[in-house]
Amino acid sequence: MANITLKDIAHSYTGVSDNPDDYALKKLNLTWRDGGAYALLGPSGCGKTTLLNIISGLLVPTKGQVLFDDEDVTKLPTEHRNIAQIFQFPVIYDTMTVFQNLAFPLKNRGRTKEEIEPRVIELAKMLGLEKDLHTKAQHLTADAKQKISLGRGLIRQSVNAILFDEPLTVIDPQLKWELRSQLKYLHKQFGFTMIYVTHDQTEALTFANEVIVMYEGEIVQVGTPEALFERPEHTFVGYFIGSPGMNICPCELRGDRITVEGHEIVLDRTYPPQQSNSKIELGIRPEYLSLAQPGEPGLPVKIIKASDVGRHMVIRVALNNREFNVVTSDFEGMTKDKATLIIDTAHANIYANDHLITGEKA
Amino acid sequence: MIEKQINQKAWFMVLPVFLLVAFSAIIPLMTVVNYSVQDTFGNNQFFWVGMDWFRELIHSERFHDAFLRQIMFSGIILSIEIPLGIVIALAMPKEGWGVPVCLISMALPLLIPWNVVGTIWQIFGRVDIGLLGHSLAALGIDYNYTQEPIAAWLTIIAMDVWHWTSLVVLLSYAGLCSIPDAYYQAAKIDGASRLSVFRYIQLPKMQRVLLIAVLLRFMDSFMIYTEPFVITGGGPGNSTTFMSIDLVKMAIGQFDLGPAAAMSLIYFLVILLLCWIFYTIMSNVGEESSNGGV
Repeated sequence: MANITLKDIAHSYTGVSDNPDDYALKKLNLTWRDGGAYALLGPSGCGKTTLLNIISGLLVPTKGQVLFDDEDVTKLPTEHRNIAQIFQFPVIYDTMTVFQNLAFPLKNRGRTKEEIEPRVIELAKMLGLEKDLHTKAQHLTADAKQKISLGRGLIRQSVNAILFDEPLTVIDPQLKWELRSQLKYLHKQFGFTMIYVTHDQTEALTFANEVIVMYEGEIVQVGTPEALFERPEHTFVGYFIGSPGMNICPCELRGDRITVEGHEIVLDRTYPPQQSNSKIELGIRPEYLSLAQPGEPGLPVKIIKASDVGRHMVIRVALNNREFNVVTSDFEGMTKDKATLIIDTAHANIYANDHLITGEKA
Repeated sequence: MIEKQINQKAWFMVLPVFLLVAFSAIIPLMTVVNYSVQDTFGNNQFFWVGMDWFRELIHSERFHDAFLRQIMFSGIILSIEIPLGIVIALAMPKEGWGVPVCLISMALPLLIPWNVVGTIWQIFGRVDIGLLGHSLAALGIDYNYTQEPIAAWLTIIAMDVWHWTSLVVLLSYAGLCSIPDAYYQAAKIDGASRLSVFRYIQLPKMQRVLLIAVLLRFMDSFMIYTEPFVITGGGPGNSTTFMSIDLVKMAIGQFDLGPAAAMSLIYFLVILLLCWIFYTIMSNVGEESSNGGV
């Protein structure tokens, strides 16, 4: 058990290069506290798996260091790092039984039969595999196979971290939820550091205390699920998290006022002046937009589409040519295609060149 | 329920294939069956002898010897080529310029016709002008495949290994290349040794291609004819007279059509039986081993 620190890590699959585009990971610094539950979130191809493989030692980073507490393990091979990793697709040893599969990591480390047996049985119970313990692993369903993979990751009690690389991709939605809660429970019980890679925001937000959002080889935000929702530090985070994502709309900024499509909006914060060539955008969650009858104070918009997504409705509206999503549970009485858009300015974020800027309370 | 329409006309669609198979396999085989139950004194006059040829053959020492030689040959060939092929496949590079170099040099022996291979080794092993034979003689080793059965056997085995191990290598290599990286990564994380990786990942994943390799090599080696015919002609004495060489001697040399036909049928059935046994064993091997326990 240790804190894991990544120091100036960068990785390029083509070797050392001067071209920043060759790097799958671009210089990042991060510390994973011992016992934390982290989610690594980002679109496919943003470098999540690369980062994970660097921590587990399957990849040696082109630049930078990996530290376990104060020990530099950058060059240490995987088998000596005491890390467990679970992959996207089930990896099982076909010729072994479920029991042997689960016992394999312990057996390789020279544990005795007396130590292995109770541990395997305990874990098999937790994963609901106890009935199949003596069945050949290759005869099981994909779900069960992935449970075995999970089990092999969880079997060792003294690992520095358990890395999950989109482990629930092949699992049925129903079971997915169940396994995720089981993982959370196991985390509470054993206190392993868990790093969970996913491109599914629900998975990330329900699993982790802290979410790391990656985009094009860089970390764009580290924070709690609430922070990611309320104050995305990058327009990508705003767009990526939430369903539908944050509305991002170009605007002009002057102190505590912004102009959107010719309409002036007064914010409750004052922002410092930005460079004249920077791209200024307003970011507002659909949840913080509401609609009122046409003619009331606010922005006059046209309703384009209303979709019922169950608990609430997503209304798509247009202000001139700018479109916004509005999430509302109350869409009664909006019979005409015109409405007034009201912005909850307390939750409006301003971005300069995609990065959040902070203002002072007026 | 939808009533199934019965239409017997579809049988005509099978007719071309049936004719093809009939002319290429069934009719020739039946001719052999026909010969195997008859005897002739020439003049194209045949008379019925029933199972006599089979009975005689099964009890003949000549057949027993040829059969044993054949079994021994196939056994030796398989026990050298299969492990050697796997080892070479494991040692081959997985990426880079070495891959095409290895693949092409492996494929080369497979491209040479059988009788050319025989001729190459026939000359290679000659004591007077062959590189191998002459060098061995110069080193004081008593090697002469035209006179000593052991030398003859060693030459033929070396030749077959040289000619056909590549096939096992290529098949095994294809099997190895199809294993996803995640398996090796998981094995590293589980702390598996090199031997465990081979035993629990590579070997099970190669099972299917190895089955094909064993079957192909068994059938080919059990039917071997051209190379030993070119190198030793079945000698010295009868020491390298394998089944097919014996069969040709009987059928064409002595023109004993009846016994030769009986032998062909037994030969064919033995190959069929052994292939079935190999197939059954190898497709069940994963199932039987390790049933529970640590």
